[in-house]
Amino acid sequence: MNKTWDRSINRAMPWLAIALLLLVWQAASSLVKNSSLTLPAPTLVAGAMIKHHDAILSNALQTLFTSLLGFAIAVVVGVFIGLAIGISVRLYKGLYPLLVAFNAVPKVALMPLLVLWFGIGSVPATILAFSLAVFPIIVNVATGLASIDPEMEDVMRSLGANRFEIITKVGIPAMMPFLFASFKIAITLAFVGSVLSETVAANNGIGFLMQEASARFDVSLVFAGLVVIAAMAVMAYAICIVIERRVTRWSRHGTQRHH
Amino acid sequence: MRSAMPEEVRVPSVGQAHVDLRGIGLVYGTGDKRTLAIDGLNLQVRQGEFVAVVGPSGSGKSTLMKLVTGLILPDAGEAYYEGKRITGPVKNVGMAFQNATLLPWRTTLGNVMLPFEIVKSHKHQLRRNAEEYIERARQLLATVGLKDFADKHPGELSGGMQQRANVCRALVHEPRLLMLDEPFGALDAFTREELWGVTQELWIKQGFSAILVTHDLREAVFLADRVIVLSSRPGRVVFEHHVEFPRPREISTIYKPEFGEIVKDLRRKIVEAMES
Repeated sequence: MNKTWDRSINRAMPWLAIALLLLVWQAASSLVKNSSLTLPAPTLVAGAMIKHHDAILSNALQTLFTSLLGFAIAVVVGVFIGLAIGISVRLYKGLYPLLVAFNAVPKVALMPLLVLWFGIGSVPATILAFSLAVFPIIVNVATGLASIDPEMEDVMRSLGANRFEIITKVGIPAMMPFLFASFKIAITLAFVGSVLSETVAANNGIGFLMQEASARFDVSLVFAGLVVIAAMAVMAYAICIVIERRVTRWSRHGTQRHH
Repeated sequence: MRSAMPEEVRVPSVGQAHVDLRGIGLVYGTGDKRTLAIDGLNLQVRQGEFVAVVGPSGSGKSTLMKLVTGLILPDAGEAYYEGKRITGPVKNVGMAFQNATLLPWRTTLGNVMLPFEIVKSHKHQLRRNAEEYIERARQLLATVGLKDFADKHPGELSGGMQQRANVCRALVHEPRLLMLDEPFGALDAFTREELWGVTQELWIKQGFSAILVTHDLREAVFLADRVIVLSSRPGRVVFEHHVEFPRPREISTIYKPEFGEIVKDLRRKIVEAMES
């Protein structure tokens, strides 16, 4: 087998996996009784997507909006807190237990409070997306800053560098791959947060659409909603990877040569 | 006049040497884990002298580097740099470690330019004289044979090339003291010998003082004017040898019988230091 053949197989693998999944799904639903009410076939789901494409599009845009907004706020806040605890050992000691506790709280448990404070709709969805997305960003930024080589720090200090110069010239650039790696995790978690909030407290969004559809026993539309969320998350993930590759090309210089 | 004086009279007064360590003691850890890393260490390095420090593992060689550069302060005794008591990180020092510690996101040239961005006397003129500084960095890279690699990233360089760039970064701002902590330890024998030559050439050209910490006795004898043997913990100077080979030394010097004798002698002293 030659290399181009090898590479095209690798490239086709995700599509083959999806095709296989669809086949198994189709077969499974033909074996289930009343499949349209429990496990509708992919063809039925596709039909529902076409039939309801207007509703799906507007609700998907709503979910996309709150997810991206929550993600964006998480990036700003996460970088800020991550830098703060990465730079100051004292802040790290003070805040870390709190952050772990905050992260351990099941976010769905926040929903009653969020509804109480902000009502239903975009606000709680954005906040829930934010609250899920922010933690991996904080952890990665702080870890990235801590990855400064102590010998590099000695070199900097002996040149007369102050703490600020060490952070800006060494710490922050070294942190970038960690930051962009956290984006991939954070963006998918943001979608989870938005949809979770929409299923409980919203009048639009994919989560709301699925909740509505399931109340009407339109199971094909529920599955259509799932497929749309998955597709959006995969696209957002892919965009994060592209940005990551662009920005931190240097971090793979060393490894590329060994393959 | 002074050079005509006999050796034993030529002890400089306090703080007169370029680097002057007097009765240095250093403790590591706290409470029950307190250990004496260095005790009663005296070391004077003259302006422009090349001193190598050898000794058993754990003799505080790397600690000595940090003491001289003011990255840590002694618990006992007095340390002077250029006549001034050391109270914090010393200015105008170049440092190179066994790991090249180059910044992977910068090109080789960008890495070598780093001191100009940080050292106080340079950083405010960097924007105005950028071209001149870049030219200086490029010339230095050319001296060590990295002319064509200035715009490559460290990940694209071999270990030996990275170490050359590391030495360039340590010397580009023409420091008066160069500190080398096993800088060639991870390299193969040929590359190492080549870099000894490069280091000697730069030292002759720039005239800085140098302190080299190494496990490699041949490296110490080849490069240094004086080789210092430290004892096991707590580290102190137990022996020193003045290396008299004329400069510039050819790499073939290391195959001379006298060279071998010196290395053998030093090895014996280190073994003694380990056993005592």
